[in-house]
Amino acid sequence: MKKLSARRRHPLAAVVVLLLALAATGGLYAFVAPTGKAQADETAQSLAIDEGKKLYAVGCASCHGTGGQGTSDGPSLVGVGAAAVDFQVGTGRMPAATSQGAQVPRKDVVYTQAEIDQLAAYIASLGAGPNIPTEAEYGPEGADIAKGGDLFRTNCAQCHNFTGKGGALTHGKYAPSLEGVDPKHIYEAMQTGPQNMPSFPDTILSEQNKKDIIAYLDAVNGDDTESPGGLELGGLGPVSEGLFAWVFGLGALIAVAVWVAARTAKAKKS
Amino acid sequence: MSTTETTESRARGKAPAGERVADWADGRLGIYGLAKANMRKIFPDHWSFMLGEVCLYSFIIIILTGVYLTLFFHPSMNEVEYHGSYVPLQGQLMSEAFSSTLHISFDVRGGLLIRQIHHWAALIFLAGMFVHMMRVFFTGAFRKPREINWVFGFLLFVLGMFTGFTGYSLPDDLLSGTGVRFMEGAVLSVPIVGTYLAFFLFGGEFPGGDFVARFYSVHILLLPGIMLGLVVGHLILVVYHKHTQYAGPGKTNKNVVGMPLLPVYMAKAGGFFFLVFGVIAVISAIATINPIWALGPYRPDQVSTGAQPDWYMGFSEGLIRVMPGWEINFWGHTLVLGVFIPLMIFPLVLVAIAVYPFIESWVTGDKREHHILDRPRNAPTRTAFGVAWITWYMVLLIGGGNDLWATHFHLSINAITWFVRIAFFVGPVVAFIVTKRICLGLQRRDKDKVLHGRESGIIKRLPHGEFIEVHEPLSQDALHTLTAHEQYKPVEIGPTVDENGVERKVKGTEKLRAKLSKAYYGEESQIPKPTVEEYKEITSGHGHH
Amino acid sequence: MSSQDIPEENLPAAQDAHGAVGVADDKDPFADPGLPPHEHRIQDIDERAAKRSERTVALLFTVSMLATIGFIASYVAIDADQSVYIWPLGHISALNFALGMTLGVSLFCIGAGAVHWARTLMSDVEVAEERHPVASAPEVKAKVLADFKEGAKESALGRRKLIRNTMFGALALFPLSGVVLLRDLGPLPGTKLRHTLWSKGKLLVNMNTNEPLRPSDVVVGSLTFAKPEGLEEHDHDFQKEIAKAALMIVRIQPDNIKDKRELEWSHEGIVAYSKICTHVGCPISLYEQQTHHALCPCHQSTFDLSDGARVIFGPAGHALPQLRIGVNDEGYLEALGDFEEPVGPAFWERG
Repeated sequence: MKKLSARRRHPLAAVVVLLLALAATGGLYAFVAPTGKAQADETAQSLAIDEGKKLYAVGCASCHGTGGQGTSDGPSLVGVGAAAVDFQVGTGRMPAATSQGAQVPRKDVVYTQAEIDQLAAYIASLGAGPNIPTEAEYGPEGADIAKGGDLFRTNCAQCHNFTGKGGALTHGKYAPSLEGVDPKHIYEAMQTGPQNMPSFPDTILSEQNKKDIIAYLDAVNGDDTESPGGLELGGLGPVSEGLFAWVFGLGALIAVAVWVAARTAKAKKS
Repeated sequence: MSTTETTESRARGKAPAGERVADWADGRLGIYGLAKANMRKIFPDHWSFMLGEVCLYSFIIIILTGVYLTLFFHPSMNEVEYHGSYVPLQGQLMSEAFSSTLHISFDVRGGLLIRQIHHWAALIFLAGMFVHMMRVFFTGAFRKPREINWVFGFLLFVLGMFTGFTGYSLPDDLLSGTGVRFMEGAVLSVPIVGTYLAFFLFGGEFPGGDFVARFYSVHILLLPGIMLGLVVGHLILVVYHKHTQYAGPGKTNKNVVGMPLLPVYMAKAGGFFFLVFGVIAVISAIATINPIWALGPYRPDQVSTGAQPDWYMGFSEGLIRVMPGWEINFWGHTLVLGVFIPLMIFPLVLVAIAVYPFIESWVTGDKREHHILDRPRNAPTRTAFGVAWITWYMVLLIGGGNDLWATHFHLSINAITWFVRIAFFVGPVVAFIVTKRICLGLQRRDKDKVLHGRESGIIKRLPHGEFIEVHEPLSQDALHTLTAHEQYKPVEIGPTVDENGVERKVKGTEKLRAKLSKAYYGEESQIPKPTVEEYKEITSGHGHH
Repeated sequence: MSSQDIPEENLPAAQDAHGAVGVADDKDPFADPGLPPHEHRIQDIDERAAKRSERTVALLFTVSMLATIGFIASYVAIDADQSVYIWPLGHISALNFALGMTLGVSLFCIGAGAVHWARTLMSDVEVAEERHPVASAPEVKAKVLADFKEGAKESALGRRKLIRNTMFGALALFPLSGVVLLRDLGPLPGTKLRHTLWSKGKLLVNMNTNEPLRPSDVVVGSLTFAKPEGLEEHDHDFQKEIAKAALMIVRIQPDNIKDKRELEWSHEGIVAYSKICTHVGCPISLYEQQTHHALCPCHQSTFDLSDGARVIFGPAGHALPQLRIGVNDEGYLEALGDFEEPVGPAFWERG
């Protein structure tokens, strides 16, 4: 009991109590009014939209317009869908820096996932678009890795490299590396086509196709992907291999040659 | 010890076994004569003389590992469905060539290691030849009597490039297939016969079902066969000419100073083979090369970004990337200059360095044998030319990897392409001028050192208060080494009027040569080396200063 | 121009200093002082040091033997698919690493032992060996020329011109047989490079789903790859046909299409271009949906897909061929014919 009383004075105590109360109220409400569930969801949804709208007004409206209609600084967000918001904000690309280079880079994420969801709810309310995918959609269950590899080489490798290491586009733009990218974001990128990436809607690349591709990427570019031959050298192909052969291969051999040809130390004259 | 043994066995009326075998061979091959000339042959010691050995040994390693790989590789383009142990390719359609390479990599124990040794050794072989060639170039080792050997070496480098290219194409993976497709496009660009050549090369339309088998016989038999012959010739000539040496005390143009083949060089060179093999084996244990399983099987409609050839073909990739897309259509024909011009410059880049020795010997008109190596600074024009050529080559290498430069240094690919387009012309010129200046500066410093001695770092105060640094006079060895080089005088156009007063016509080539010779050996191009008189005047005048 | 007419004085002074070991005296301070005297190594004068060297060499050879045993043991004991994490190399094949390291060590130690032996225990006295001019002596040359003349005369090749000329003819002609034999390396090109599998009424089949495409499937900003209906991956000539027929489909707002013919050949802004680069044939498909540029990953040719796929950068010489498409009665996208010009890299007969 002593412990608890000590914690009561903690500054966050009020928040915890409030949360517990809310949860209790909510639980109680859900218990007493099970028939009103749909309605409750709707309310939660509209609440989220309201919250999202506030966040939007502060963080996004200056470029994308007060109603998401777009300005000269940012495209219209009507109809881009929740998936686009989750991708752009969830990978830190949005909000973008004011002075932009050739393209908006991936950065540290500014918003919490809850805030991102609220923003996404608001943008989705502006016009229908792809939803945020669920784990069932992008998870590894039921995926065909080999098929994913084939699809990846047909649709993705031309920009992102054989195993997703990224590559160059015109005028300083680039296809980013896919290493360490959340499968959800990869799925959303395929769906929505962020920045200069073309989109691959379900009509073109079916949900199963996307799942396969994500599973393939995890297999060849995941944390425990095996590189049987040893150091991967960036997975960039012959250029890094050539550099390695010159620097470490020939370098080591020349060092050895210097030793072989060097004069043996002479006895010091005393 | 062995002598006593010999005498003992002689006493019993029988030579030792080794001697008897040697006698047998001598009776049929005359090996004693051969051994007499070569067993105690002298080789000079210098690390830069071992670069050629790096190449020779990696060549042997490539042949050994290559033979092993042929035991498992199927040079066939028949389509098969993969059911081996690499999961991410299960059930995929691929050529037998690709699937057998996967088999070597995953199912043959040690197969991956041998594959990696083969490929790493190939990259090192080519890199070694490049550096070896540059060593020979910058030290002037290509001069008479070694011009033929220079050409042999050059041919080995070029053939090595093509052997590498054909070998790299054999697994029929997505990356190498892209390279082969490029080759097809390049062949198609040849005026008049290009289309026919492409159809004959690929047995019809690209990719067809033939090129792997055809490249295979070229890769494992035709080119290596020729190379083996050239290597043998190259080595025989090295032994026959005796090795060159750097200037130094006791080293003259008429001798070669070093240690005998038996035993020192036998041990050093033999040991070096194992050292090279060991280093390459360790590299193959720790670093992957050409992981074809990650690249996938070739399909003409698939591609990956960052598609490059192996490094030795990189400069041709640069040529093709930076060329503007010129194309001329006339009378129902197309002249594909955008591809054909780079295809023609490609051999020119190589020939430029190959013919240099002949140009230099024409300019100097020197017909004597040269066995003492030049220090690069003492041949400023040659050195500048060599650096300019390397610059040219490197600029093209940058062009060949422009996409990776763009992503790794956050640059625009278009800007890099433009940089390479300009540097292709400007780079070598700038490099030439800068290098020549540096060489002349170094020559001046050498002259200074000879005349005024070495800076000792000791500061001395003179009676009247002035501080000076004490210069120590050089040893006789150093004096000799720094003044051993020869200096040519520019060729003059001989008298245009002969003794009978008849005017003769001065040929254009003669004028050109006089001009070149002036550029090589004029006042602007070399610092006269110190003379004995200068040296005596300074040393006798004011003591150590 | 031969170099005979070079005045001798342009060449540097003949190598008079060479050969004879000059004496360093007042006359010529730069003269060659000759080979420096041999200095002894520690091993030459100290038997204990020599013993140490001997032991080092023996140790290296022993390590090599152990490493070879390790190689065989690894080969037997480790499974081919066993993976191991080794910092900083990552997850790698245990077998490859073990075999490579043991092989490397066993070889390296042999070499290191031999070299150490040579460097420390074999004699390091430098020896000078004389060189002799490569060119033959004048008497030899005279003898050879005389012999050659004699032989040539005896053959009567110069006198009996008929024999000489017919022999040269025969020798010059017979290699032609070899050249002729190469004829069957491949068929003649004919018009093969001008045609693809596309023809009127062929449906555009999505490469990913293997289903025919409808206009509604293709949205603005998306990228689709298609093949002609009836071409399957298992087909014998799939590779050859897809190398020409591969298609890249994008949808551009009709207002944004600058080229009139492109708009005409499209279906409601859906345009179908050959995926094969007109430079040297890489599959070009780095489509930037905002700029409508397509970049080739091999040599960076850039095409503007909103302007007739015109080349705007790089080494390609002409625009990507466009396939004319429409919609059939059942609402599927179909080709309205073959490409009107050859796809892929340009060639002499292309015109």
